[in-house]
Amino acid sequence: MSPENGKTGCAGAAGNCAVCQGCAAVSGCAPEDDRVLFTKEMRRDYTILLPSMLPIHFHFLSEIFNANGYHMVLLENGTHGDAKKVIDVGLKYVHNDTCYPAMLMIGQFIDALNSGEYDVHKTAVLISQTGGGCRASNYLPLLRKALKKAGYGYVPVVSLNFAGLEKNPGFRFTMPMIHATIYAMLYGDLLLTLRDQCRPYETVPGATQALVDKWIRLIMEDIEGNGIRYGKVKRNYRLILEDFAALPRTQDKKPLVGIVGEIFVKFSPLGNNALEAFLNAEGAETTMGGLCDFLLYVISNMQMDRKIYGTGRFRAFVAGRIARFFIRRQDDMIRAIREHGVFRAPARFEDTCRAAADYIGYGTKMGEGWLLPAEMAELLHSGVENIVVVQPFGCLPNHIIGKGMMKPMKEKNPGANIVAIDYDAGASKINQENRLKLMLANARASQGCADQNARC
Amino acid sequence: MEPEKNLKLKLNTRCPVTIGIDLGSTTAKLVVVRDGELIYSCYERHFAQVRTKLLELVRRIRDTVGEDTPIHCAISGSAGMGVAKASGIEFVQEVFATAEVVRVLEPDTSAVIELGGEDAKIIFFDGGIDERMNGSCAGGTGAFIDQMATLLDVTPQEMDEMSLRATRTYPIASRCGVFAKTDIQPLLNQGAAKENIAASIYAAVVSQTITGLAQGKKIGGRVMFLGGPLYFCRGLRKSFCEALALDEAHAVFPDYAPFAVAIGAALYADRQEKTLTWRELEAAVEASTHEKVSAAAMPPLFRDEEEYEAFRARHAAAKVAEGDLASYTGDAYLGIDCGSTTTKMTLIGASDEVLWSYYDSNRGNPVEIVREQLLKLREACGERVTVRGSAVTGYGEELIRHAFHVDHGLVETMAHFTAAKHFDPAVDFILDIGGQDIKCFKVKDDAIDSIMLNEACSSGCGSFISAFARAMGYSVEEFARIGLFAKAPVDLGSRCTVFMNSSVKQAQKDGASVEDISAGLSMSVVKNAVYKVIRATDPDQLGKRIVVQGGTFYNDTVLRSFEMLLAREVIRPSIAGLMGAFGAALYAKSVRGETSSLLTAEELRAFAYTSSATVCGGCGNRCHLTVNRFVGGEKYISGAKCDRGAGKLRHGEEETPDVYRWKQERMQKLISDEGEAVRGTVGLPLALGMWELAPFWHTLFRTLGIRVVWSGISDRDLYRRGQYSIPSDTVCYPAKLMHGHIETLVQKKPDAVFYPCLTYNVDEGRSDNHYNCPVVAYYGELLAGNVESLRETKFLYPYLNLLDKAQFARAMCRALKPVWGDVPLSEMRRAVKAAWERYDAFMQENRKWGEEALNRAHAHGKRVMILAGRPYHVDPEISHAIDRLATSLGFVVVSEDSVCHLAAKPHVNVLNQWTYHARLYAAAEFAAGTPDVELVQLVSFGCGIDAITTDEVRSILERHGKLYTQIKIDEITNLGAVTIRLRSLLGALELADRQREEGKKN
Repeated sequence: MSPENGKTGCAGAAGNCAVCQGCAAVSGCAPEDDRVLFTKEMRRDYTILLPSMLPIHFHFLSEIFNANGYHMVLLENGTHGDAKKVIDVGLKYVHNDTCYPAMLMIGQFIDALNSGEYDVHKTAVLISQTGGGCRASNYLPLLRKALKKAGYGYVPVVSLNFAGLEKNPGFRFTMPMIHATIYAMLYGDLLLTLRDQCRPYETVPGATQALVDKWIRLIMEDIEGNGIRYGKVKRNYRLILEDFAALPRTQDKKPLVGIVGEIFVKFSPLGNNALEAFLNAEGAETTMGGLCDFLLYVISNMQMDRKIYGTGRFRAFVAGRIARFFIRRQDDMIRAIREHGVFRAPARFEDTCRAAADYIGYGTKMGEGWLLPAEMAELLHSGVENIVVVQPFGCLPNHIIGKGMMKPMKEKNPGANIVAIDYDAGASKINQENRLKLMLANARASQGCADQNARC
Repeated sequence: MEPEKNLKLKLNTRCPVTIGIDLGSTTAKLVVVRDGELIYSCYERHFAQVRTKLLELVRRIRDTVGEDTPIHCAISGSAGMGVAKASGIEFVQEVFATAEVVRVLEPDTSAVIELGGEDAKIIFFDGGIDERMNGSCAGGTGAFIDQMATLLDVTPQEMDEMSLRATRTYPIASRCGVFAKTDIQPLLNQGAAKENIAASIYAAVVSQTITGLAQGKKIGGRVMFLGGPLYFCRGLRKSFCEALALDEAHAVFPDYAPFAVAIGAALYADRQEKTLTWRELEAAVEASTHEKVSAAAMPPLFRDEEEYEAFRARHAAAKVAEGDLASYTGDAYLGIDCGSTTTKMTLIGASDEVLWSYYDSNRGNPVEIVREQLLKLREACGERVTVRGSAVTGYGEELIRHAFHVDHGLVETMAHFTAAKHFDPAVDFILDIGGQDIKCFKVKDDAIDSIMLNEACSSGCGSFISAFARAMGYSVEEFARIGLFAKAPVDLGSRCTVFMNSSVKQAQKDGASVEDISAGLSMSVVKNAVYKVIRATDPDQLGKRIVVQGGTFYNDTVLRSFEMLLAREVIRPSIAGLMGAFGAALYAKSVRGETSSLLTAEELRAFAYTSSATVCGGCGNRCHLTVNRFVGGEKYISGAKCDRGAGKLRHGEEETPDVYRWKQERMQKLISDEGEAVRGTVGLPLALGMWELAPFWHTLFRTLGIRVVWSGISDRDLYRRGQYSIPSDTVCYPAKLMHGHIETLVQKKPDAVFYPCLTYNVDEGRSDNHYNCPVVAYYGELLAGNVESLRETKFLYPYLNLLDKAQFARAMCRALKPVWGDVPLSEMRRAVKAAWERYDAFMQENRKWGEEALNRAHAHGKRVMILAGRPYHVDPEISHAIDRLATSLGFVVVSEDSVCHLAAKPHVNVLNQWTYHARLYAAAEFAAGTPDVELVQLVSFGCGIDAITTDEVRSILERHGKLYTQIKIDEITNLGAVTIRLRSLLGALELADRQREEGKKN
């Protein structure tokens, strides 16, 4: 069918989700007739389950909702911390060739519903939607199918997206909540950065995590109380920085390893076999881009569409406004770290974004799209040569943006020490660890550290 | 096999004594270096007893090093990680250790290729060190070679010697061990020479290593080969040298190859500060053997002996009547099941009693085994017993039928169904786990309702257990028995046997017992069947009367695991492994022939046959044929994908309508019409999305006066040419082929190569969005970064939005400017318009063809098969002529895009947002509502999106009571499994038709 009798270009089609680049279809894929709605009445006494993707950020998110009259619970890695059960349940209800994150998230939900800890007739589940052309955009329908199969067809599935698609009468992500979420994500990124920089050097094991927990608590109290005021946030930045700076740490220098990859396995210890903890135990410090960069990537893709295809003028305009606001706030956070002067500040989104230019086109917007090579390139520019690229086994976009970018990265940065690791229910941990060890051995060798195994 | 005993080497270490230890996945290596000289080396298999073996080796060197001499020591190898941690000895990663050796001993090496039991590695030294290890799919090289030797029923050495006598190689899938095995097994059954198979196995290993590891980096200069398999297998070395075009001066096979990592560890230890004495070393290793390690455990299969006895008693009840051949007089019927790994035969008497049976591995030569057994049987029967009928089923059906003049051939599923009904007439679910395949089918109203067969990934489970048992030094029975009372079965995952194998290695290193592994493997096999093949979440979906069969179910551990997973009791007939043969015999009896054409004892004695290999020149597919000639002039050709190649169709006969073939022919015509080079030439790769948009781009460039140079239709050689630059070994085959197309194009020297990035495809109004999949959309980005030869030319991969009329022409002008200069916008607009017209004409022709094929099928009373995939599945190198196979079975073949206009947009439960996939759903909807139209879905391995579509297409079809058939395709060329699938489908359809007819009569 030619454009004469078809619609005009999609990039410009109205109704495209403002955030996830093309979820216009969401309402089409789950017709109103068989979708279980989350009603106003449910809001009163239903528990909403939230998967644990980013332990810190999602904590805040659930708190924001709780402060607004919902009852939200952030799931742990399986009931009683049994990750194996989550995987088993996932394998059972999700097509085994579907991506690992889908299996884990859906496994988490059904495992929780099975656990008996929740009144299943008074429980809903919440899933965030991103994706576009990647199959990840199908997580929500897959979740519904799995719930139906597991006999929980009556459990409402609530989609979390910033454009109000797939509306549920009882669920509203209001402007004040979005506002609070943006700050929560900034807090989250700050805590993530500081935790990564302190944990490998802490003299008292667990002290860093304790401090993170303390601040999560304090920030939550703030959210619960008067809502978020920006002046308070900026004051908190300083207090947090001082608190972490006061943490007793050793003065040695450990090899620095950057982690980039598919968002779920990058952030979730459940998804990546506790990658950060492993690298820490092996004597390395880790660093990774925060969630804000991902959100900004999603938002800025609407501007990219405008630049590349010349479409979506209005959307691009709105996106531009949001992005500018968000970027300014991120800059404030970064400036706070720099001014404080103790810790390494994360890269500004605009710098990260620019770093991709030598490697990939900004039109690549499925999955992590151009952001993944951008993060790799940004790490290399700032001298972090050791990089782990993580992805679920068989991840489609990562063939191109992950494994497909390793060669050009290495060519332009001869010192680059990049390893790609696949995660999957069946993948053996020993093979993953062996590859990580190789990367670490090279990291130490290039650090001029003769003693390979020493905690140098 | 033993490596060089008196290895001497100068190493120039500074410490008086250094010890290097390499604990690999299958072997333990230890070297002692004194005063800069290697004085001791030792190489032994550890049979998973890593720590005990190490202790043994350490004790052995007591006198060599002396008890109290200070020594430097380091451990390397994947199994060494845990030991090093437990004993506090230095650890060095093995690739790192290898690099050390090369730097010291062979500094002018440009690359090292090392194959181990579990891992494969490549290290590049030119232009900075670059190290690679195989991806998760390509694990288990050494283990794979061992397994293949078991399959051929020879020792690894024998296999190596055989490979050197090979006269040709067969194309064998190189994606992973499981896929390769899928290609090899049918070759064996078709009677291909073992010599040639052995060489083909090595060629597959080579190809896998090069694709999986080099990932775009060319291997050249002086290449050193290390690791056990490369040291011991001369055939493998030869194969590598040929593939990489290395002469003797550039291929280095050092005699210390098996010890390279251990030596590297010693060199590394030499630089460390820490010393210890032998006595301390021994104590540390000894202590590590006592360390308790826990692997992820599952509940035991049986609580106690009592529970097991009850289980046994219950299953012992499912017995078949038996007769005594020695005393029986009268009519008898013979069934033969020539399976992938085993041959089964059963003779039944007039009242269905089993008179005689045979079950054994076919040891790679089923014809000889059947001859032997038939002769024995004929002699035992004498004049007393008359064989009235005979039938054969299984992979080797055709071969055996021709060789021994067996009366009937029937497809496996029908044989199994017939047999299962004998045990439980009300059976509603049958699960068969054989050596290679898992088959299950639901039965409704006495007809097969749905058939599920495993795809390549989950194949080989049954034979994996037996091969593994043998490798551990157990018989299959023993191995099963010890698993029954395992206390803590280990979880070994369920993706495929390559992944399971890695998990087993890990479990062993974690100290899991053989008992726990046996039980864990059974659970993995069962999970594979239930989660991946059946896709069931609830035992009720399976049925109430479940019969399980297949040789693998003799294993009580597997049977118990299955019952536990389903929480349901099932029936396992006493002849579980013979069910195919038993069913065939029952079938032969039901046909009630008077005399059987089966060879007599005399004929069997005189029986002889020869097999020769040849390549069919009938069409572009170039099938590899094996021609078997039997005494008496009977000839059977295997390996052909169509009737003509198999010698069944004469020229001049009207061929069955086949839209795939028509599209191929049309494409051939299109690409040979290159046009004039007024402005210049452009190179277009005929792969991925280009199959759909070929008429569009072709016309657009031609109208602009740019001559179009196409890469041509894919074939295996083209694939090989591009293989070296594939960065991700798990990507789909259609994408991998793209690399070959680019190489081919670059050689044709166009002004530029063009493959645009298209996030969005055309919009046919059938879906809620119209995306391309990420691979189709952005492969240009990957090509730009990974295919080095593209740098010899210009490569254009602009981001374009086809559907935006206003912007598209302008964007094209911008995109083409760097190569062909300014193109006036008006000219571009004209070209774009012409391009769309041509594209529309193509699409219209597709629809016309679809309707024409449907009409012709209707007129001739033929069944129609919608071979539903993607436009690029028309590529003969991707669909491997499955369309021809279907027409040879009597189906009229249409493509998804030739019929999808005939149905309304169906309701689906998922996000319907990809153009190609929306066609699938519509085609399924059409098939669902039209009698005599079946849908077979082609799925490329690694297609993540099809993990979503397959379930939906199936549910559309099943909602309307239609059978769903899925065929996973990849590099695998052998259509054995596909044939069984399609024939099962046909068998089920015919049976349903017959029953409907009978129903009408009654």
